[in-house]
Amino acid sequence: MIDHVGTRLMITLRPWWFPAVTLGLFEWYARTAGKSSDAIAPPSAALAGFVSAVSDGSLLSATAFTLGSAALGLLLACVLGIGAGIALGLSPRAARLSFLSIEVFRPIPSVALIPLSMLMFGFGLRMEFSIVAFACFWPMLLLSQAAVLQVEPRLLEVSQVLGLRPLQRARKIILPAITPRLFVALRLGVAVALVVAVTVEIAANPNGMGYAMIIAQQSLNPGLMLAWLMWISIVGFAINFGALKLERAVARRMGQSA
Amino acid sequence: MTNTINVRAYSFILTGASGFFGSALLLLGLIFAWWVVSTAGWVSRVFLPSPQATWGSLVEGLKDGELLAFTGATVSRMLLGWLLASVAGVALGAAIGLSGKARAYLQPTLEFIRPLPASALLPLAISIFGLSPAMVLSVVAFGAMWPVLLATVHGFASVPAQLQEVSRCLQLGRPAYAVKIGLPNAMPDIFSGMRLSLTVSLIVSVVGEMIASQPGLGQAILLAARSFRASELFAGIVLLGLIGFVSSSLLAVCEKRFLKWQKS
Repeated sequence: MIDHVGTRLMITLRPWWFPAVTLGLFEWYARTAGKSSDAIAPPSAALAGFVSAVSDGSLLSATAFTLGSAALGLLLACVLGIGAGIALGLSPRAARLSFLSIEVFRPIPSVALIPLSMLMFGFGLRMEFSIVAFACFWPMLLLSQAAVLQVEPRLLEVSQVLGLRPLQRARKIILPAITPRLFVALRLGVAVALVVAVTVEIAANPNGMGYAMIIAQQSLNPGLMLAWLMWISIVGFAINFGALKLERAVARRMGQSA
Repeated sequence: MTNTINVRAYSFILTGASGFFGSALLLLGLIFAWWVVSTAGWVSRVFLPSPQATWGSLVEGLKDGELLAFTGATVSRMLLGWLLASVAGVALGAAIGLSGKARAYLQPTLEFIRPLPASALLPLAISIFGLSPAMVLSVVAFGAMWPVLLATVHGFASVPAQLQEVSRCLQLGRPAYAVKIGLPNAMPDIFSGMRLSLTVSLIVSVVGEMIASQPGLGQAILLAARSFRASELFAGIVLLGLIGFVSSSLLAVCEKRFLKWQKS
């Protein structure tokens, strides 16, 4: 009996071994060989840095800024991208016409727009969310277009028989049919938005989690820097996990998306 | 998912010359609109140079070799980082994917790190390695390794049961199983991981050049923006777009050739 419980415990503990051993080794190294270093700090110092960031409120405000601009950019990309994607999916002619323009603008790396956006908007929210919107627009556009192209043809026939006008057809037939796939696209967009937002802050924008991290590094506070690194990965993991759960919940209610 | 997009792209190319002509016309129309907006002065010249000024900066920069050198630096950083990432990602991914035990212990940690932006490692790398080209390269390689690593783990772990039975019947050893059964099965995953990681390496190279002041297009466009030389900024953006376009198209062509056997 005890043995049985022991094996179960071993199995549930398996994922924790690697991080625990790594953190332990790191703590040991940082306290012995790397003791006088300005570059690294033991995980315990990172924990202390985390507590200080929580208590002075910088954790909350920086996280809110990053998530807020990521969400705003994603929202803009969703509205524009899904609208354009449905239009291109419904009209093969529009898709053919815009093909080359899309292929020319889509490969521009979003970070290449950081200096341009800095010039246009200055530092702040607008600069960041416009780059996030650019980065998320393309996957939203292409995935919603693909979603429309995969709508069951019989549904479209039904709309023809009913004599629905294009706008009615989009709202009553297409949109409900592609919703599960749109949530797949949204999950992808969430991941891109968060990565781009943090990247913009690290490269240029003096706001948010990315900037807090680079400032901690520049002021030779490796404990605080590691605290931010851990916090960014926790926030990223939690948000991606939430988006995946949302996608699955929608798929369960509205039908699977293959 | 990216696969759907690519298949789509090809089907559109194959729609023939008339479709291509129309879409080229639309692109020219957009460039014309850009010209109208910038020459009429509807948007300040400070951020929107005219198309001919952009072209002028592009030609001038390429002629005197400065822009060409920056492009070369960025491209070589991207490619070298990508190659390192691919080799390390496939090797590590195969080792983890082949062993159920390794997966049970390591995969949760890998999944936890997956959403972390690669650029978030730059501050850590700066404090350990300093502002050096090797620092940027190591972050490029580490960040770009992730998509390949996870895709390879998945590819090696998802060998169909029948193939596993066949390999047991043939008494294949571990190395033979990895090369003859695991690797071919993982190839499509590895390719899609490598495509993603090429994009990541371009992005991280540019960001790394921006914050570590390494010569390259990232630094060039940041300096151009800071000194309000909009036409040079646009020339840099055009070149970065071109790098992204050429590299992903080349990879798509390679992928089509390498994975031909799969479709038949």
